[in-house]
Amino acid sequence: MSTQPHNSFSAARIISPSGGRASLHHGKPFSPVTTIPRRPPADVTVPKVALDSISLSYKTTSGERLLALDNISLEVKPGEFLCIVGPSGCGKSTLLHLIAGLHPQTSGNVFVDGTPVNGPGTDRILIFQELGLFPWLTVAGNIEFGMKMKNIGKAEREEKVQYYLRLVHLSKFRDSYIHQLSGGMRQRVALARALATDPDVLLMDEPFAALDAQTRDLLHDELERIWAETGRTIIFVTHNVREAVRLGDRVALLTFRPGRVKQEFSVNLPRPRHMEQPDVARTAGNILDCLRTEINKSLEAEYADEKNR
Amino acid sequence: MKKIAKQVVFYSALLGLWALLAKLHIWPPYLFPPPWGVGHALWDGFADHSFWIGIAVTMKRMLIGYSLSIVLGLILGLAISSNKFLEETLGGLLVSLQSLPSICWIPLAVLWFGLTEKAILFVVLMGSLLSVTIAMEDGRKQMPKIYGMAGRNLGASGFRLFWSVLLPASLPFIVNGMKQGWAFAWRSLIQAEMIFLSLGLGQLLMMGRDLSDMNQVMAVMIVIIILGFAVDGLIFRNLERRLQLKYGLTT
Repeated sequence: MSTQPHNSFSAARIISPSGGRASLHHGKPFSPVTTIPRRPPADVTVPKVALDSISLSYKTTSGERLLALDNISLEVKPGEFLCIVGPSGCGKSTLLHLIAGLHPQTSGNVFVDGTPVNGPGTDRILIFQELGLFPWLTVAGNIEFGMKMKNIGKAEREEKVQYYLRLVHLSKFRDSYIHQLSGGMRQRVALARALATDPDVLLMDEPFAALDAQTRDLLHDELERIWAETGRTIIFVTHNVREAVRLGDRVALLTFRPGRVKQEFSVNLPRPRHMEQPDVARTAGNILDCLRTEINKSLEAEYADEKNR
Repeated sequence: MKKIAKQVVFYSALLGLWALLAKLHIWPPYLFPPPWGVGHALWDGFADHSFWIGIAVTMKRMLIGYSLSIVLGLILGLAISSNKFLEETLGGLLVSLQSLPSICWIPLAVLWFGLTEKAILFVVLMGSLLSVTIAMEDGRKQMPKIYGMAGRNLGASGFRLFWSVLLPASLPFIVNGMKQGWAFAWRSLIQAEMIFLSLGLGQLLMMGRDLSDMNQVMAVMIVIIILGFAVDGLIFRNLERRLQLKYGLTT
């Protein structure tokens, strides 16, 4: 990877598959076909998402009860970008599934705008680690899926599909099928599909983990831009601390098995940020020191599993 | 050597061997029909339209019986896969019933429906219904769970979740069952037609037998092979390949 942040930044821009869109830098307003409602900076006193002493335990195949999440309480302000980091196996992904309402917690409550969550809802859209894009639909078909389920009319769907295709620079690929796209393009389709249902909260589960560094950097920029433009609340799970600092307003650190909130960090660095920035690296270093003991625990557990075999 | 070239050489050799054996007159022609005799029977059969009519009648029965089995099989498979009780009871029964060649239903079918079209369709239906049902059930189980979660996440539920997500997501598995169902239905139908005289290719074959015309018997056999192969090889295998590519099941 380049050691000069600005070079790799602009290089990533130029390889954008939308070709002539290299002028879309930060700060320059994106001019949409239609305008989508930007979230008003509503009532900041009511958290957008509140986790109130969430616990989750489940029975393993060998019959013992395993505590996966232990008494997690977190609040996310409207329009905030929260990153959750933790070692593998700490239950970060599970936590997102709970917020999405795809899985019930054992105890505690998830509140959205002060109302308890009870099953899935299109106000919270989860972008899965494996994406879960529908291979039988085209890119446009995937993007309009959520709107179809909400019975939105064809004309409005069409307009929004065009808007989101432009937002993620995939207009040329509207009729392509998922298997014809590269990893980075699939990520952007997933992002567009999630945004098109007009959610208040975007839940992202290590969405960029499988991408090469260049593509990931490009998508960081785009995500930050889209977040700034649309005013959505984002909860972003990753095991990459530097990525968390690059993107988040705040970083919450989870412990290893059972998952607890160990510490929260505010990231007060100016935006736009870049992974290679020294202050990003420094902040990430501080968090990493704190995370290291948890990573060691996770590794020890893995080695212990191996020995017992 | 290209695959096609190999096949051309192989089939020419086979035909040559057949012609040679017939020329040697080891067996009389009524026991061992020569290729030119079969060719003649094929030509005559198509020239006097009897083969065309046979093909039309057989394919019509196939289409009706098979379509029926797909609709019923999808409904049954869905019911079984979404209900624990049905899965543990009816599911087991269907698997054991699959070991029964559907031609065994003929005596009962004739008793129930008489010597009618319905009796034949019943046998065809029983031939492929079980395959399609089991494939639908399997498809629901093998389908990656993420599609269902993504669908619910995006606001789909109930029938729309089934129709727009679960059904297309299990399509590659269902097509596999449909292919198997077609093969079973095809065999059942020809068998039923041979027992149950009423036009169709099976009857043409039996007519050859009754007239001791082995040329005709072999000519009909060739027509049955070609039709069966065309549907399986050209339609189903193509569909399967395209689905597997699209769904990322092959690389």
